[in-house]
Amino acid sequence: MLNPGVVGGSSNSDPFPAGLRVLVVDDDPTCLMILERMLRTCLYRVTKCNRAGIALTLLRKNKNGFDIVISDVHMPDMNGFKLLEHVGLEMDLPVIMMSADDSKSVVLKGVTHGAVDYLIKPVRIEALKNIWQHVVRKKRNVSEHSGSVEETGGDRQQQQRDDDDDGGGDNNSSSGNNEGNLRKRKEEEQGDDKEDTSSLKKPRVVWSVELHQQFVAAVNHLGVDKAVPKKILEMMNVQGLTRENVASHLQKYRIYLKRLGGVSQHQGNMNHSFMTGQDPSYGQLNGFDLQGLATAGQLPAQSLAQLQAAGLGRSSSSLIKPGTMSVDQRSIFTFQNSKSRFGDGHGQMMMNGGSGNKQTSLLHGVPTGHMRLQQQQMAGMRVADPSMQQQQSMLSRRSLLDDAVVVRNSSRVLPGATHSVFNNSFPLASPPGMSVTDTKGGSSSATAAFCNPSYDILNNFPQQQHHNNNRVNEWDLPNMGMVFNSHQDTTTAAFSASEAYSSSSTHKRKREAELVVEHGQNQQQPQSRSVNPMNQVYMNGGGSVRVKTETVTCPPQATTMFHEQYSNQEDLLSALLKQEGFPLLDSEFDFEGYSFDNIPV
Amino acid sequence: MQRQVALIKQSLFDQGYLDEQFMELEELQDDVNPNFVEEVATLYFKDSARLINSIDQALERGSFDFNRLDNYMHQFKGSSSSIGASKVKTECTMFREYCRVGNAEGCLMTFQQVKKEHATLRKKLEHYFQASQ
Repeated sequence: MLNPGVVGGSSNSDPFPAGLRVLVVDDDPTCLMILERMLRTCLYRVTKCNRAGIALTLLRKNKNGFDIVISDVHMPDMNGFKLLEHVGLEMDLPVIMMSADDSKSVVLKGVTHGAVDYLIKPVRIEALKNIWQHVVRKKRNVSEHSGSVEETGGDRQQQQRDDDDDGGGDNNSSSGNNEGNLRKRKEEEQGDDKEDTSSLKKPRVVWSVELHQQFVAAVNHLGVDKAVPKKILEMMNVQGLTRENVASHLQKYRIYLKRLGGVSQHQGNMNHSFMTGQDPSYGQLNGFDLQGLATAGQLPAQSLAQLQAAGLGRSSSSLIKPGTMSVDQRSIFTFQNSKSRFGDGHGQMMMNGGSGNKQTSLLHGVPTGHMRLQQQQMAGMRVADPSMQQQQSMLSRRSLLDDAVVVRNSSRVLPGATHSVFNNSFPLASPPGMSVTDTKGGSSSATAAFCNPSYDILNNFPQQQHHNNNRVNEWDLPNMGMVFNSHQDTTTAAFSASEAYSSSSTHKRKREAELVVEHGQNQQQPQSRSVNPMNQVYMNGGGSVRVKTETVTCPPQATTMFHEQYSNQEDLLSALLKQEGFPLLDSEFDFEGYSFDNIPV
Repeated sequence: MQRQVALIKQSLFDQGYLDEQFMELEELQDDVNPNFVEEVATLYFKDSARLINSIDQALERGSFDFNRLDNYMHQFKGSSSSIGASKVKTECTMFREYCRVGNAEGCLMTFQQVKKEHATLRKKLEHYFQASQ
């Protein structure tokens, strides 16, 4: 039975799985019609959609309006995997991919991107009868994670927290076990000096401008490359500040630096730019990075893992390891790990979709997980800097989405965090892990991305990545994306040109989405969804779908899980966002930011 | 009449025009949706005509963008398989194979087959549905 809170689909008598709210996306009208009929026969509540962009809009508008998404792989406006990533990141819903293509590589891609299942067309009704299991599984995973998590890899939030606290310092994990993420988190939590390893929330440290300046001064004094949390802490000599606080802040900072330095390669003195300069570099980064990323993106899975481990800051195996970002596939950005690459990496990440300002789409490929951290850091640092938010969001988004851009070239399927590594068959959905970037626990992918922070130096995605390579990264990204998204509305637009979607990137929010409107369900009312209204959301004619990302206006509670995750992690970021007036999570997933477009369908 | 319909249907299966997927569709038909299969078939033929057109145009251009052709055919194959159009699907697979190896001649030739099977199936199904009324 689905958690009522989350799903809200079934009503009282628990007719589950009847009433399961399915969103099916396929550009083929024949298939769509057949699927709808089959799903209805299974007693599910079906909404069909013939464009990914519309689907995303719908999902965003109705945060809790669906339990599961079934999507075709090949669609004109957006690659199904991209959609998968987005959904994973933003909504953390289980996504089933389908295709007539049963080649191993494509199926693998589904896995790496975090799909919970892959159906070969023609789909038979038997295959659909049991899809509810994915919903239940995901919910179970999520709730497991919400507790003290350690075992399961903790919920994302925790990870998030851990990440924050731990900051880069703890990367100890690099253990590569598959469970790695989970275990790692656990180990880390236990082993590290973090005090509250478990799900306890740590009191957030507010990085005021002054505090940040002290931090930056300490970092500069030590040398950006050499700055370690412990020393920084000592230098700063601030009462009540823990090493973990510094570590996590450092992580973010590194990411930030990278981002800034992306184009201009100026890492070190980012402090200032950090606060102020972002835009210009970002802009450049985008274009630039993508390519870089794209090429870089070819990393094989293993490399990704490495990358991730490396984290941003670090130059470990020549991969750029975004500090927090799980570089997994996406790692394209700056694999080079050298600091200077940071910038690149970030730059890439930054790709701004269009909004131009600061947004710099964050990671193009950067695993979202990392981004989150960065964002947070950024948020912290900048607190009031709206652009930051955007950036962050962008990053997160980007990283996830980027996949398309970056990854495209690479044979790697994994898009980076967003894809959430399916590795352990974690549902992509975990991404919501957003809150967590911490990959530590290995919480399903999504969180992974975020979690990375453990590394002291941004880089790595540390443990998680190792293990799963894909896993972690994948996960992270999605999360990242998510997190960010929420924050930045505008940036998302910048994010990616959002190909199909964004037709008008500017709209992000405004799109009223006739489509969405149709959707009978509102997120707010989990239970009472009207079943049908939204049955179909079609886009005709090719292309005019605009998905404007409607900012989902679901009320905070709507997002239930999602929100929670976010809120936990982001201390700074959320604070930042809040200040900005962005609703956390929810609304921000602007889709527009994503640049799906690059994905060749 | 029922018997006749059954015979028609059986022959379509026997001759390989339709496969078990078509049966799946029939199972979805019920009192509430009594014409489901016909509706799907209608939609399929309408949509596939569009795809055929696109492919025709692409082939006429002579530029042989195999990727693009393959994409179209992938879609076409997908919908054909979803209604159980077995022979059409087989031809689609061949076409894609020619695309894969970049054999323009093979593509042209196979596409003619695709169209032929498609037209044949259409007629047969029309007949079948009429008989089922």
